[in-house]
Amino acid sequence: MTYFPEEVVEHIVDFLGSHRDRNAVSTVCKAWYQVERLSRRNVFVGNCYAIRPERVMARFPWMKSLGVKGKPHFADFNLVPYDWGGFAQPWIEAAARGCPGLEELRLKRMVVTDDDLELLARSFPSFKSLVLVSCEGFSTDGLAAIATYCRGLRELDLQENEVEDHGRQWLSCFPDSCTSLVSLNFACLKGEINTNALERLVARCPDLRSLKLNRAISVESLNRILARAPHLVDLGTGSMMVNHHTEAYHRLINAFLGCKSLRSLSGFWDASSCCLQAVYPVCVNLTALNLSYAPAIQGDDLIKLICLCFKLQKLWVLDCIGDKGLAAVASTCKDLQELRVFPSDIYGAGTTAVTEEGLVAISSGCSKLNSLLYFCYQMTNTALVTVAKNCPHFTRFRLCILDPGKPDPVTDQPLDEGFGAIVRSCKNLRRLSLSGLLTDKVFLYIGMHAEHLEMLSIAFAGDSDKGMVYVLNGCKNLRKLEIRDCPFGDDALLKDVTKYETMRSLWMSSCDVTLGGCRALAAKMPSLNVEIINESDEADEFQENLSDLHKVEKLYVYRTVARGRTDAPDFVWIL
Amino acid sequence: MSTTETGNSSTTESAVSGLDYEETQLTLAPPGGSRSELERKRGFSEGLGLSLETKDFLSGSSDEPPISGAGEPSAAKAQVVGWPPVRSFRRNVLKSCTYVKVAVDGTPYLRKVDLEAYAGYQQLLTALEEMFTCFTARNYPNERRLVDPVNGTEYVPTYEDKDGDWMLIGDVPWKMFVASCKRLRLMKSSEAVDLAPRTPTGCITAR
Repeated sequence: MTYFPEEVVEHIVDFLGSHRDRNAVSTVCKAWYQVERLSRRNVFVGNCYAIRPERVMARFPWMKSLGVKGKPHFADFNLVPYDWGGFAQPWIEAAARGCPGLEELRLKRMVVTDDDLELLARSFPSFKSLVLVSCEGFSTDGLAAIATYCRGLRELDLQENEVEDHGRQWLSCFPDSCTSLVSLNFACLKGEINTNALERLVARCPDLRSLKLNRAISVESLNRILARAPHLVDLGTGSMMVNHHTEAYHRLINAFLGCKSLRSLSGFWDASSCCLQAVYPVCVNLTALNLSYAPAIQGDDLIKLICLCFKLQKLWVLDCIGDKGLAAVASTCKDLQELRVFPSDIYGAGTTAVTEEGLVAISSGCSKLNSLLYFCYQMTNTALVTVAKNCPHFTRFRLCILDPGKPDPVTDQPLDEGFGAIVRSCKNLRRLSLSGLLTDKVFLYIGMHAEHLEMLSIAFAGDSDKGMVYVLNGCKNLRKLEIRDCPFGDDALLKDVTKYETMRSLWMSSCDVTLGGCRALAAKMPSLNVEIINESDEADEFQENLSDLHKVEKLYVYRTVARGRTDAPDFVWIL
Repeated sequence: MSTTETGNSSTTESAVSGLDYEETQLTLAPPGGSRSELERKRGFSEGLGLSLETKDFLSGSSDEPPISGAGEPSAAKAQVVGWPPVRSFRRNVLKSCTYVKVAVDGTPYLRKVDLEAYAGYQQLLTALEEMFTCFTARNYPNERRLVDPVNGTEYVPTYEDKDGDWMLIGDVPWKMFVASCKRLRLMKSSEAVDLAPRTPTGCITAR
């Protein structure tokens, strides 16, 4: 190894794309660590509190692309209080100082302010791509700064962020000289957009391939846009509210006829069945279709549409597709790899929904399926066993039975055997979400068979500490474990404390862990941040006054090389 | 039913408020049975379908125990934060939904319309006409009816309001109608006779 010139090592390392491979290389010896760190271009930080931003910038000074994740996953479901943390500011500030050559930034579940966006826009002359997913804290003013100062911007991708509307002019801030856009997604914005500015922007960006509009964009505007950008590959429509008999509808049909390159379609805000005919011409080429924001598209019209999409690889729909619709998917979409079926009726009792039959049909027809998110009213063990047999290639399997703790309706048994079949059959399973009535047995199965499992989400399941221990002992590759409303307590938490150093994070809420257990964990493992999130009135009391027996509402444990947090709010105690 | 106990010795809300809810909390299941503990904490009932709100379970629960609406799905409310696990963005999009079901006497399937998509009764009826494309609208002085040209059967558009009463469309201001309408039904005129006492001036019932 000492005879290996650095240039050779560098050349070899250049071939390594994955973070894991590069991380492994960097631990071989000091020389390799140096070569690797100076040549790494893409840096991913899975937990923003695992390391201080300055250290990242110092280690990878030639970084071109940075991805950072903030809040834990359960923040998506309102389980993490609003001002818990996950601030983008220190990251953008550190990057502005240490890595001015940064070109791409991707943030997920973080708090991003308008000031942050302005600093970002002004600090990186080569900046090309900003992707914000499930972030909050900024307004259209911040977007205006990005549009104004990022010369040569190629991508602005806003996915499901909470953005305050301060007016429609931000889009006009893209200067006339901006012709470099390849991807623009503002579907999550609630407010009006300057459609003239948008149409002109689209017209002057010949490389634009992905465009996702928001609900405020009318069909008339969409028609004009498609006329100027017929080479789009990925389109998210605006509002699809249109009357059959209007000129606009006929123009829409023509517009889609012209979109020969379209492979991915989404949006469909306010769409009803009558607008679907317009998209028939593009269906035959579609590989991705997202109808999950269109509750009025259902029944036979939906099936008619699906039956044209025989190249579909990714489909997101609402459960009003019904088991019958899923059967149509199964017989048409033989290349399907990813399916997500969302609940349409979160707030009331619905009659149209999907059951285990739909899932079984899908599994029989779509053998390439590897990623599933399925909300349903019921599931049976038999169905899951069948699904496991038909689809051994699952890497992501998330099943959400809407009624927590619901058993198999046919046998009245827990769903242990069904999920057991899934983990036995799907040898490459990396992500799993459980639901329904489940005992400790399912965790035994998971521990025994889910060798490659990296992320596990558990809710309203299990009987005792043994359940959690089976998982911690068995799943060697576990990185994220998130648990809510399960009877797991201190014994499980403290059984193998060194395990948490091999994981990114552990979340436990409404379980049986006590303050004493958490204190013990913190004492034994200084390499972990043990955070207690206490929103109740008792947050006013000093934590010393609370007894060790006090039950902890929310516990978030994660490995870190940055001890503690300087930005934690009052209700977050880091033990 | 199930033979497993969740084994929770004290719920988190007990820890918060110091009150023991075992005695006072209303359940959505028959008394006794091992599932009642699960339901008391979670507030769910099987077979009722779900009516969930994302109010914070812990901060609200000391004053407002889950209400038990026996046999009335619309009254039963369960308060569990973050369930089902759907992102806020998606929840909000579906929440603003004013979709109501539309039934037509004699057809086997229902449709759905978004009332907020229409500016008034005329647009709604035009949309219904389009949806059930065989119909043409006929306007009468005080009513609007839809007719199936194939067999001449006349339909009267009606709706069920918040009180569960079936009303003729068109009496109240549009916005009031949107707020109170739960679902629509195109009722055969012959059956609509009892709905509202009207003098049928100039209306034709085809046979």
